[in-house]
Amino acid sequence: MKRSLEIPIYIGLVVLVALLPWLGAYPVFVMKVMCFALFACAFNLLIGFTGLLSFGHAAFLGGAAYATGHALKLWGVPMELGLLIGVAAGAALGFVMGSLAIRRSGIYFSMITLALAQMLYFFFLQAPFTGGEDGLQSVPRGKFLGMIDLESDLALYYVVLGIFVIGFSIIYRTVHSPFGQVLKAIRENEPRATSLGYDTARFKLLAFVLSAALAGLAGSTKTLVLGFATLSDAHWSTSGLVILMVLVGGMGTMLGPILGAFVVVALENKVGDIGMFLGRVTGIEWFNGLGEAVTIVIGLIFVVCVMAFRRGVVGELNAWWSRRQALRAKPA
Amino acid sequence: MTELFGIPIPAFLSQLLLGLVNGSFYAILSLGLAVIFGLLNVINFNHGALYMMGAIFAWMGLTYFNINYWVMLIVAPVLVGIFGMITERLLLRHLYKLDHLYGLLLTFGLTLLIEGFFRSFYGVSGLPYQVPEALSGATNLGFMTLPNYRAWVVLASLVVCMGTWFVIERTKLGALLRAGTENAKLTEAFGVNVPLMVTLTYGFGTALAGFAGVLAAPILQVQPLMGSNLIIVVFAVVVIGGMGSILGSIVTGLGLGVIEGLTRVFYPEASATVVFLLMVVVLLLRPAGLFGKEK
Repeated sequence: MKRSLEIPIYIGLVVLVALLPWLGAYPVFVMKVMCFALFACAFNLLIGFTGLLSFGHAAFLGGAAYATGHALKLWGVPMELGLLIGVAAGAALGFVMGSLAIRRSGIYFSMITLALAQMLYFFFLQAPFTGGEDGLQSVPRGKFLGMIDLESDLALYYVVLGIFVIGFSIIYRTVHSPFGQVLKAIRENEPRATSLGYDTARFKLLAFVLSAALAGLAGSTKTLVLGFATLSDAHWSTSGLVILMVLVGGMGTMLGPILGAFVVVALENKVGDIGMFLGRVTGIEWFNGLGEAVTIVIGLIFVVCVMAFRRGVVGELNAWWSRRQALRAKPA
Repeated sequence: MTELFGIPIPAFLSQLLLGLVNGSFYAILSLGLAVIFGLLNVINFNHGALYMMGAIFAWMGLTYFNINYWVMLIVAPVLVGIFGMITERLLLRHLYKLDHLYGLLLTFGLTLLIEGFFRSFYGVSGLPYQVPEALSGATNLGFMTLPNYRAWVVLASLVVCMGTWFVIERTKLGALLRAGTENAKLTEAFGVNVPLMVTLTYGFGTALAGFAGVLAAPILQVQPLMGSNLIIVVFAVVVIGGMGSILGSIVTGLGLGVIEGLTRVFYPEASATVVFLLMVVVLLLRPAGLFGKEK
């Protein structure tokens, strides 16, 4: 995509999303998509721009969701402070997990993040403040700036949109900064980046903490939207889902994770209906249970993406665009 | 003396044995992961799902075809191994030239696919599987009663692990395998059919997972999700031990199982997390792992 086209496209998208509730979209669904889109963008900062595959990002989403939920419900803090507490929790967890995980590279990095996130999951399962299997229920939304009551879905919708835009801008700014260039250098060739004098461990850790903090922001916002924080936020399957979102949309693209989040969240909601439909059409009883086994569909998409579609939707579009430009540039 | 640190000795010993049983599963699974990683450079995420397949095959064999435990102990791993080889030929093979993370992602997707598939038939409740008659009951050793089946699990896994170690470290076949691990291109230049070796190695590694699954069927809940939590613990085991050494994987697996068992005696709250905590400690003190060498 041409750089000069990028910003107008983003602005157009924000306007479109701002209009969605008036076009009949269900606000809570779109807000959920926005939370996961932010989560996926934060994850993409690591996998797409630094080349680190974290398999434990659910820990930040879940940890921040609990922190915000706890602060809002039990301490009764204002909503803005609640979000900040969530972000801080995500960043702190990211710092601890990141410092440990970057001690090993490659495939071990993924295994360590997965194991640490699982440890946290067991901790959440047993800790008294999380409500165990039931989760943290009926978290109040509070008021925005102490004035606007967020119990109205529409008011919250625009706050969430604002949060998303802020998060996305931070990622955009990071990727296009000198810091982002170093991250890309590490992704392409870490020994070379080291030999150029960059302390790659520090850069990786910083990217990890930033990604974790933004994933935390997504988790906190999600608690605000849905009014609860549960164990499933911190489960490894959520870490897998966010990988899939980025994979489907396109690793290392700005818009890919957003598209991927939409596809995956919509799919999770609709697989049951699709299964019922297939069951009716084909008369095969087995399809009716598909809603219970969403993982089959998720797994299948995973396999297809890895085998045949590694650039993702946006990645393929970008490649197509570049090919076209190259053809045009050729003298006839 | 009937008590040790305030814990009755029999209870202590039975937890120790339970730890050894779990440790046996860790050992077989991490061994399979290490063998596969050595040659294929792929972390086989679906190892847990294959372990579950082994257990479910054993259950299906008994329930649908009335095939007993002993036959399934051979048949189920073979079936799992064949399944593994098919996935290697059809899917994994095409990813070797790419970044290793795609192998991990593919096998993760396969995990979801396999688990979801079995879940759509059997749900998530446990399927009952009886301990085979010859091994039911317990032996009284005087100081404790030893459940026969558990003793069998530990014995059988030790034999399989040591057998694997022997084949890899002491036979011609193993020498070829080690040569392939060291430098696949050069090995191929000497006339060894490396692609075939890769397929067979993957088949063997996955068969090991299936074998562990059959061993687990009578004592753990047979259900579609039984492998997914286990595999994450095994990952931690692999990080602790490092994947460089076969013997290292076995020792680390058993050792961590025992430590986990002891934790269950003295501080049950931490029993689910102790392996992860140890991983943290190892990462801080010896980042390459106990038996590993950083590549």
